[in-house]
Amino acid sequence: MKIIVDMDRCQDHGQCVFSAPEVFRLNAEGHLEYESVPDDSLRDAVEEAADVCPLQAITLEG
Amino acid sequence: MRRIVVVGASMGGLRAAEQLRAAGFTGQLTVVGDEPYRPYNRPPLSKEVLASEVTHAAVAFRMRSSVEDVDWRLGMPVVSSDLAARWLTLLDGSTLAYDGLVVATGLRPRRLPLPGLEDRRHVVRTLDDATRLRASLAPGVRVVVIGAGFVGCEVAATARRLGAEVTVVCAAAEPLMTPLGPDLGAELRRRHEAEGVRFLLGRTVTAFSTGISSRTAADVVLSDGSAVAADVIIEAVGSTPCVSWLDGNGLDLSDGVLCDADLRVEGRPDIVAVGDVARFPNVRYDDVCRRVEHWSIPTDTARKAARTLLGVDAPPFVPLPSFWSDQYDMRIQSFGVPGLGADDIRVLEGDMTSECAVGYHRDGELVGVVLLGLASAIPRYRKLLMDATPASV
Repeated sequence: MKIIVDMDRCQDHGQCVFSAPEVFRLNAEGHLEYESVPDDSLRDAVEEAADVCPLQAITLEG
Repeated sequence: MRRIVVVGASMGGLRAAEQLRAAGFTGQLTVVGDEPYRPYNRPPLSKEVLASEVTHAAVAFRMRSSVEDVDWRLGMPVVSSDLAARWLTLLDGSTLAYDGLVVATGLRPRRLPLPGLEDRRHVVRTLDDATRLRASLAPGVRVVVIGAGFVGCEVAATARRLGAEVTVVCAAAEPLMTPLGPDLGAELRRRHEAEGVRFLLGRTVTAFSTGISSRTAADVVLSDGSAVAADVIIEAVGSTPCVSWLDGNGLDLSDGVLCDADLRVEGRPDIVAVGDVARFPNVRYDDVCRRVEHWSIPTDTARKAARTLLGVDAPPFVPLPSFWSDQYDMRIQSFGVPGLGADDIRVLEGDMTSECAVGYHRDGELVGVVLLGLASAIPRYRKLLMDATPASV
């Protein structure tokens, strides 16, 4: 599973962080950082994170 | 259950289809929608879609691969239903049978029941609405926004940024009064005024007429007798649940579709409802059934409703509602249910004139938080709300 976040769309709402804290985080400046190839056991959480992104900036491959 | 029909092809309908698959449903899935488009995200309609040429593709929802085989029936509203016989009638007269039904028809904008100036009057609910409105917004155009809820305020901000002359008319004493309270409402009004938006508060519209403010003007006539000349009129006065297709089946449709705490339509094991058409109790707060018009709710309700329909175990449904609003360069974010704590509003942190967190309390207990800016504080306040209104039942 590979995660792609369209950083031109991302506005740092941070909703993904609540769904998949193992994968997404906001850094000290409040900007998104993420694990682009997380463990497959986190798939459900990552799908949910993509669902709740207000800008629909998160896509999954594989 | 061999065939499930989802009525409504917006966010709630899509999420319901995805969650039915995630919960193990392998039968036939049909999603019926009245708009001609696959599900798309509505928040940009009052902002980006008005400000520049944005296509459906740019606002379409990402879809899970599990729903690639869904049978989409788009541009075709369901007009009636026989829930005892388990079939639906579509606008073209065709019928659709189901074993399980998901009600996801959402809302339509309320219109002012006044005749006149029809070619200048707009609402902002669908992509086609926003596209039509965009074509009439330009620098110097006189825009009158009726209603000062979130849609009204966002559209006012967008139109102003495009250079329009914007007047907002609302019945309440301040914009966003009901959701946010008078103090935060007043602060947001000041920010709009600093951008050049004019507010006419405590007034309602009594007529749409011509030739009052000047001989050639098209006017919005107000309850104080004044008239405001308008090139573009935007009605942002709330929404009505789309439930007429369920008439005649003995359901309580007085405000959306009445559901139990598991989102089952009352007394109907084969029907669930999702999104802002569903009226359900959230036992995180109390046992009162309410509709919730927040962006987070379609996704939350779909997850639970899919499992209820399939008889799959799932945790109790106790969502923490949330939404956001972008106006100019400020972001407002809401968590919990501020409306339940409208009688006891306190600034928890910061200053309303810059960035702040405002708490809404019921019986001394925190039930909602609204943040103006202050993004870094979100996780802290979200946790505070989760702890203050524990999800144990």
